[in-house]
Amino acid sequence: MKAVRFFPSSLVGLILLFLAFPIVVVFAVSFSSANYLTFPPPALSLKWYRVYFSAENWLAPTWLSIWVAACTVVLSTFLGTLAALGIARLPRPLKILVSGLVLSPLIVPVIVVSIGVYYAFSKYGLVGKPIALVLAHTSLAVPFVVTSVTATLAGLDPRLEQAALSLGATPRGTFFQVTLPLIRPGVLVGALFAFITSFDELIVALFLSGQGAVTLPRRMWEDLRYAIDPTIAAVSTLTIVFTAVLLGIAHVLRKRAEQNRTMAS
Amino acid sequence: MSELAQSPGRLAPALSMDSRRIVPILLVAPLVIYMVVLYALPVASMLLRSVDEPTWSLDHYRDLMSDTVFFNTLVNTLYTAVIVTFGSLVLGYPVALALVRTKKMAPVILVIVLLPFWTSVLVRSYAWMVLLGRHGLINEALLSSGLIERPLRLLNTPLAVYIGMIHILLPYMILPVANALRQIDPSLARAASGLGSPPWKTFLQVTLPLSVPGVAAGALLVFVLSLGFYITPAMLGGPRDITLSMLIANQVDQLNWAYAACLSAVLLATALIIIVACRRLPGIGNAFKMSAR
Repeated sequence: MKAVRFFPSSLVGLILLFLAFPIVVVFAVSFSSANYLTFPPPALSLKWYRVYFSAENWLAPTWLSIWVAACTVVLSTFLGTLAALGIARLPRPLKILVSGLVLSPLIVPVIVVSIGVYYAFSKYGLVGKPIALVLAHTSLAVPFVVTSVTATLAGLDPRLEQAALSLGATPRGTFFQVTLPLIRPGVLVGALFAFITSFDELIVALFLSGQGAVTLPRRMWEDLRYAIDPTIAAVSTLTIVFTAVLLGIAHVLRKRAEQNRTMAS
Repeated sequence: MSELAQSPGRLAPALSMDSRRIVPILLVAPLVIYMVVLYALPVASMLLRSVDEPTWSLDHYRDLMSDTVFFNTLVNTLYTAVIVTFGSLVLGYPVALALVRTKKMAPVILVIVLLPFWTSVLVRSYAWMVLLGRHGLINEALLSSGLIERPLRLLNTPLAVYIGMIHILLPYMILPVANALRQIDPSLARAASGLGSPPWKTFLQVTLPLSVPGVAAGALLVFVLSLGFYITPAMLGGPRDITLSMLIANQVDQLNWAYAACLSAVLLATALIIIVACRRLPGIGNAFKMSAR
C-alpha cells in the first residue's frame, strides 16, 4: 500500500523549516553572550535570562499578564461552559443568533474590538486598570471555550444523561454527576486556550494598558520600539516553552477525553 | 436500545416542557448579556461616531471617497491579503498533503505546524526581525558566503510583511486543506495510478478537485484574518506599508474618533461581506470551527 506522492518530500521539508526556523533562531539568540543580535552566537550564556529574572520592569508585567489571564480563564470558562450547554439545547433560529454573537470575536478584526472597548471603557475611567483587560480579554477568549465545550458535548452519548434521569436522578444531580465529569476535558482545554489567548494578547493591551496595567506583550512591544537586546529573545523563549507546556497538557486531556468516550460507548 | 434513544421525552419525566424551553435560555443568558454589554455595545457605540458627529450625516463616508490616504491604505490592505492568501496556499498545500499521506512523520509535522500557531504573533514577528534585519541572520550568511557585498534591505519592506504574515497564517490554510484531503477516499488515487495515470495527472485530476472545499475554506480564513493585521506590518513593514488597522490605531491616537470609526466600519464591512458572499461555498461552515483552533 504505497501512498501516492506528488510533492517531493524535500519541498515539504523546506516549508516546515520555514515554519520552525524563526522559533529556533529566537531560542539560539536568547542563549547568546553578545549584546546585540548576531548569529551564530559568539558564546553561550544565560545572562539575558539573568537580566530578565532580576528586572522588576520585566517581572511585574509578567505577573500582571498571568493574573489577567487567570481572571480571564475563570470568567470566560464559567460563562462559556454554561452557554455551550445552553446553545446545544436551543431551538434552531435562536441557536444561530446566539452562536453568531458569541463566536463573532473570531472574525471581527481585533483592532475594531480594541478601540470599541477603549472608547466605552475610557468614559468610566477603566483605562490603565487590570479589570479592563480582563473584561475585554474575556470577550476574545469566550469563542475558544464555547467551541471546545460544544465539540465535547457533540461527542457525548445522550443516552447517558437519559439513563440517569430515567433511573430517578434529579436534573441537577445528572448535571453534576454525569454531564460535568464527561465534558470536563473539553472545559479544561477551553480554559487553557482562554489562558493563552489572554496571555499573548497585545492589541487590546495597547489601548487599555495605559500606564497602570502594562502586560508582558505590551512591555515587549515597548522594548522592540526602542532598544532591541536579546532580553526579549529570552522572554520570547520562556513564553514559547510555557505555551508548549500548556498545549502538551491540552493534548493529554484531549486524549483522555477520547478514551473516556470509547469506554463509555 | 435504539427505541430508547429515539424517545428522550418519555425518559425525562423530571423535566417538564416549560423548563426544557427555559433552562437553555437561562444558561446562555449570562454570556449573551456579557457579550452585548461589554463587547457589542462598545463596538456599536464607537461605530456610531462615524455618523453622528457633529450631527447625523454620512459626510464622513462621503469624504472617504476622495481621501487618497484611505484609498491607498485600503488597496494596500487588500493587495497584501491577496498575496498572503496565495502564498499560504502555495506553501500550505504540500504540507497538508504530507500531513495526511504520511503515517510516521504526521505527528512531527503536526507539532511543527501547531507550535508556531500558538506562539504569539508578537514573538513570531520579532523572530523575523532577527532573521531579516540589516545585521540579521540572512544578511550575515549572504555576506560571509561572498554572495553580496553590502547588506540587503530586507526588513521594513513589503516582502518582510508578506513573509511574516504567511508564516503566521499558514496553519489556517494547512488545517482546513488537510481536513478536506483526509476525507478523500485514498483508493481513488490508487485506482487512478493503478490504471496507469502518472502521479501529476492523478494529483491534478483526482486529488486537487476533491480538495477544493478545504482550499476555499482555508483561503477565506486566511484572507479575512489578514485584513485585520496590525502588529506584523507595524513591526516588519516600512513607513509606507500601512494597513487599515494601523491607520485606525493612528487616528485613535490623534483622537480623531469620527474618522477612526469610519475606517473601522469599512474594515468590518469588508470582512463581513466577504464571509457572507462565500458562505454558500462548500466547507465554509467547517472553516470557522477550524479558526477556533
